[in-house]
Amino acid sequence: MGAVKQRYEVPSDDFTRAGEASGKVKALLKQLGFNPDVIRRVSIAMYEAEINMVIHANGGHAEVTVSPDKIELLLQDTGPGIADIEQAMQEGYSTAPDDVRALGFGAGMGLPNIKKYTDDMHIESQLGVGTKIYMTVCAKSSMNPS
Amino acid sequence: MKMQEIIKVLEAEVLYGSDTSIEIEAACGSDMMSDALAFVKHNGMLLTGLVNPQAIRTAEMLDMLCICFVRGKKPTEAMLDLAQECGVMVISTAHRMFTACGLLYEAGLRGGND
Repeated sequence: MGAVKQRYEVPSDDFTRAGEASGKVKALLKQLGFNPDVIRRVSIAMYEAEINMVIHANGGHAEVTVSPDKIELLLQDTGPGIADIEQAMQEGYSTAPDDVRALGFGAGMGLPNIKKYTDDMHIESQLGVGTKIYMTVCAKSSMNPS
Repeated sequence: MKMQEIIKVLEAEVLYGSDTSIEIEAACGSDMMSDALAFVKHNGMLLTGLVNPQAIRTAEMLDMLCICFVRGKKPTEAMLDLAQECGVMVISTAHRMFTACGLLYEAGLRGGND
């Protein structure tokens, strides 16, 4: 299998549709026969990043590159950017407003969850310009549910 | 714990899905979806008071088998369509979150870490 590349738009104005792109990636990986644990890790990490995009950055797009040995994701937005990435990575830290909490998000677990479920992640962000989150999940690695 | 027992213990109404023979191995109760997303268990179920499509999406991403809405909350038709698309069973109980979780715990279901 060669690398499969897909691009997904994440809409800006519809919270109810957040997660559609992650659902499509999950279906794609199932179709390609990846291990369920790997699929779940990719799905959760991408879903968290997708939700962040809708909450904080008015949407954006996702680029997914699927190779036999790894899945690489880039989620890019043109939102306000992250002022302090180290602080944003701490569990429980959130800048989400109360209306977002009422929707079930903003617990400050998004970025820590992404780190937990990926083999590699890094964030590039510039205030007023936007944010890029790069994530890689290796196809051979696994995380045993506790 | 078999789904049929869970339905009985919670006096729940089944809103989508018919296979009550499925085995649930662990449960998670939360209204915050990222807290739920930190929870990966095989054959899990989610109890929540959050009624929006992201509750179904969260269950989908976690490969959970069932979602239970507490306090008698009912999902919209669009949410049930999404549950069908994702293959997630949907039930609703009149019990509040604390009581629903307590009843399941008392009946032997655990959170997966104990």
